[in-house]
Amino acid sequence: MQKFDEMFAQLPGNGSVQFQAQSMGGMSQSQVQGVRDHYRTYADWLARQPQEMMRARREEAEMIFRRVGITFAVYGAKDEDGSGTERLIPFDLIPRIIPAAEWRRMERGLVQRVTALNRFIHDVYHEQEIVKAGLLPLQQITGNAQFRPEMVGVKVPNEIYSHIAGIDIVRAPSASGPAEYYVLEDNLRVPSGVSYMLEDRKMMMRLFPDLFSAYQVAPVMHYPDLLLETLRASAPSTTDDPTVVVLTPGMYNSAYFEHAFLAQQMGVELVEGQDLFVRDNFVYMRTTRGPRRVDVIYRRVDDDFLDPQAFRPASTLGCAGLLNVYRAGNVALCNAIGTGVADDKSIYPYVPKMIEFYLGEKPILANVPTYMCRNPEELKYVLANMKDLVVKEVHGAGGYGMLVGPAASNDEIEQFRRAVQARPEGYIAQPTLSLSSCPTFVEQGIAPRHIDLRPFVLSGKEVQMVPGGLTRVALKEGSLVVNSSQGGGTKDTWILEV
Amino acid sequence: MLSRTADHLFWMARYTERAENTARMLDVNYQTSLLPQSAAVSKVGWQGMLSISELMPAYQAKHGDVEPQRVMQFMVRDESNPSSILSCLRAARENARAVRGSLTTEAWETQNQTWLEVNRMLRTGDFERDPGQFFEWVKFRSHLSRGVTVGTMLMDEALHFMRLGTFLERADNTARLVDVKFHAVQSDFFGAASEKDQEYDFYHWSSILRSVSGFEIYRKVYRDVIKPERVADLLILRADMPRSLHASMNEVVHNLANVANDQSSETQRRAGKLRAELQYGDIEEILANGLHAFLTQFLDRVNDLGARISRDFLVPA
Repeated sequence: MQKFDEMFAQLPGNGSVQFQAQSMGGMSQSQVQGVRDHYRTYADWLARQPQEMMRARREEAEMIFRRVGITFAVYGAKDEDGSGTERLIPFDLIPRIIPAAEWRRMERGLVQRVTALNRFIHDVYHEQEIVKAGLLPLQQITGNAQFRPEMVGVKVPNEIYSHIAGIDIVRAPSASGPAEYYVLEDNLRVPSGVSYMLEDRKMMMRLFPDLFSAYQVAPVMHYPDLLLETLRASAPSTTDDPTVVVLTPGMYNSAYFEHAFLAQQMGVELVEGQDLFVRDNFVYMRTTRGPRRVDVIYRRVDDDFLDPQAFRPASTLGCAGLLNVYRAGNVALCNAIGTGVADDKSIYPYVPKMIEFYLGEKPILANVPTYMCRNPEELKYVLANMKDLVVKEVHGAGGYGMLVGPAASNDEIEQFRRAVQARPEGYIAQPTLSLSSCPTFVEQGIAPRHIDLRPFVLSGKEVQMVPGGLTRVALKEGSLVVNSSQGGGTKDTWILEV
Repeated sequence: MLSRTADHLFWMARYTERAENTARMLDVNYQTSLLPQSAAVSKVGWQGMLSISELMPAYQAKHGDVEPQRVMQFMVRDESNPSSILSCLRAARENARAVRGSLTTEAWETQNQTWLEVNRMLRTGDFERDPGQFFEWVKFRSHLSRGVTVGTMLMDEALHFMRLGTFLERADNTARLVDVKFHAVQSDFFGAASEKDQEYDFYHWSSILRSVSGFEIYRKVYRDVIKPERVADLLILRADMPRSLHASMNEVVHNLANVANDQSSETQRRAGKLRAELQYGDIEEILANGLHAFLTQFLDRVNDLGARISRDFLVPA
């Protein structure tokens, strides 16, 4: 199968890059051959950097990340001093660069896709036109654990449900040969990672300022501004000057750094469930000067935990009575309750049809071909070809509950086969995509590692985003799993302005 | 601001201040122990250290006899001791982390860096190699933490609650220090009999002054030999001595006024009254009526203020 790299037009057959496992210092330009145009300046620059300098920069970056406390928590794990649960997400020094034209197309595709998905969620909780049109079986909606009957008929501001969407995109070979961008997954509930996108950029500008004068890299640091604009635009009509807050599960949550970071950057309060209460069908927070009304909650707490009266009764992370206030239109939740109905893996195959149905347009971004095990024909194919496929649990996330056929042992395949046969509707399968690679600084030097991209799409009065997103990289050789919970790292993502 | 946020900021500042004061006490005891003195005298110092923080029972349960090395370990790195420097710095940092968004980047990074560094120093044996330098470092991190907050934070409630925490804790800690150190002298502390005792007295009183960075201040203010009643005057009543009870209460009253809300008037009245008593207090009168009784009552009232601040602002019902 053809392999694509971001920096090189063609990787040597064994998958190694020319400057793998050797000093970069003093490499002549002729050694860095086959570089794609938009990487040429960078590759020449990289070839001139002594290896010690790059190592020193990497250590500097790690030291800064520790000091700033850019960490994520791992449940049940211990730090090296045995005390805590905080880990650094590995940061790679080599940027992922995307040419302007490729990004412009991707951006159009993202606007289109997220617009259609929001229309779909609205439809699910109202007329269900798409079912009436025969494009989607009703069972796919009502049988979905993420479908929230409480949301049926509820009016939400601007009819937007997923205000913040993270769309996972990979670059891989198309059927006809050349590389193409595919959407791997839509994250419409509480996607995270945007703080790493911002911190990675800050770090790169600090470590390598000269590169930013050699390249015109589209800025991303205004993301918190766009986010605040989006949240304010989503406020209920009961107020002209809405009070926005970020709701976090607390400092032991894996994404706590991001919650605190975004609240601070937007200049709004970071609240926990215990800080909120409901009175007379409005939500208030407890302040040093008495109760203060809250109009928009950017919640980073899952549906299940939002309101112990409506969902899990044991939850202490939410606010009792919140759902009623929300249904009455007296507070806005971003994202809305019940968006999960549109982002699980059994709905994913229908997204191209949604785009045509709601917008009357051809999809700009491709879906990965997907076999739905609920269909007997497709199930048969999946069971016969498991060692070539990636099989995913419909509700799995974070790289859990999935089988990468080519990398799995016979035992693992058999185990999954039994699971799929027992509950076919709980699984989908996709061909093993050869995700593109990008040169990455690893222990032995520089080597290609697989990457993906998560742009963050904001829907308020309009759909907008900052150029690029978070590039995640699988640091293990050959691995296709980029999730930070599975040892993935991140890279700065450069969208070129020319 | 959020009550919970104010609570975390208040406690972040208190724990930072507490770590500093513990380091000050340990430092003075450690420096004194380098002077030629009897084991009994040295022991009195370490016992005082433990009783200041009301930790004698916890220490004895764990280590038995009062022994300098063990007291130092107990007060510096023992995580089961909530008043150890390590525990205080951890609590300060955890409180900061819970509200890192309400701190400036510099303020948060200072707290976080202190935490990372203290772990390194305890892991690598830096502390055992040079305890004096370690204590000095703890003090300076506290200075830095205060300076960074005052120098970078918006002068709003967040800062006021932090300052409130700092000075309430300092009032408490200085009062305990004075109480224990004056108590340690069993004999009548107004005048020593023998020359040997006089020498001991000089080191005893000057060590108290040094532990609150007050030695040079004393000389400057009184231009006199070190006399116990003047030490007491300086640490209790002088408004211009930054670690005195009076100066600390001035800051408490001032910051309380800045955050006043509908239900805090009684708390403000009590704080103001306490401050006024110091302002118009007379050291001879205090000593005549009993210093220990005075300080015990002062500590109770500071404790009451803490509970009231908590109820009025930080953890409202």
